[in-house]
Amino acid sequence: MTMKTDAIGKEWPATTYEVGKEKIGEYARVVGLDNPVHFDREAAKAAGYRDVVAPPMFCVVYSSPALAPAMFDPEVAMNFATMVHGGQQFEWGEPACSGDEITTTAKCLEIFEKEGRDGKPNNGFYVFETVSINQDGQEVVRGTWTNIVRGV
Amino acid sequence: MAELNAGDQIAGLQVTPDKYTPHRYAGASGDFNPIHIDPEFAKAVGLPNTILHGLYMMGLVARSATEAAGGEPRSLKRLSVEFRGMGAPETEIAVSGSVKSVEDGVATIDVVAAQGESVTIKNAEAEVAL
Repeated sequence: MTMKTDAIGKEWPATTYEVGKEKIGEYARVVGLDNPVHFDREAAKAAGYRDVVAPPMFCVVYSSPALAPAMFDPEVAMNFATMVHGGQQFEWGEPACSGDEITTTAKCLEIFEKEGRDGKPNNGFYVFETVSINQDGQEVVRGTWTNIVRGV
Repeated sequence: MAELNAGDQIAGLQVTPDKYTPHRYAGASGDFNPIHIDPEFAKAVGLPNTILHGLYMMGLVARSATEAAGGEPRSLKRLSVEFRGMGAPETEIAVSGSVKSVEDGVATIDVVAAQGESVTIKNAEAEVAL
């Protein structure tokens, strides 16, 4: 079957997220981080951060909202019944701190078909990119999200 | 500053997420997909039970790589992972890794996360500034 690839290169409207101190702490506790720079303003400043600093993977909190409309776009037409989150990459720049206003845009990088293993039907790969910029125009994180749909 | 050399094993992590970890991660992250929090829903779509969020396990991999570099969050520059088997709550997750190379003050660390024989995160590669 030939996959729909019209959405390659498509971009979706930006979303903006304001990072909060308590939200950083909530995330840090769930993944077991106890470095005071994630909880205490003075400790963060003493370590050279502008304010309480988010753990790097907190990026999912502020960048995912930009991705949601891309995932559900009928032009992308992913079959959620057989979709799995296959891979993920983040490249971090300026740390995200409490009080930051982070704007994220999502784009479809690639849609392609790849042979399944052991003669199984082909898998569809849907690769999206999110780019997150803070209020000073600095890039905070760039995410590459790979979703795999089995048996396209 | 952390001293890392090619071939070093990192300390890694052993974490056992409790029954409600997926609920807390859902709240913290905003990902309320019912496969992570609703056993009836999970079973109805063919899963053995609720499963851990892949990005939660990636969070543990990120924590492990960051701690290997001395614990400063700004030291983690890049992390890429492949999600494989599903992770289950109430089962120990072991994150382990080794330093692949060190160049220009940046260490590249290969990392895996597994629950017993079941690998949940494969081919993870972290770049940390030293």
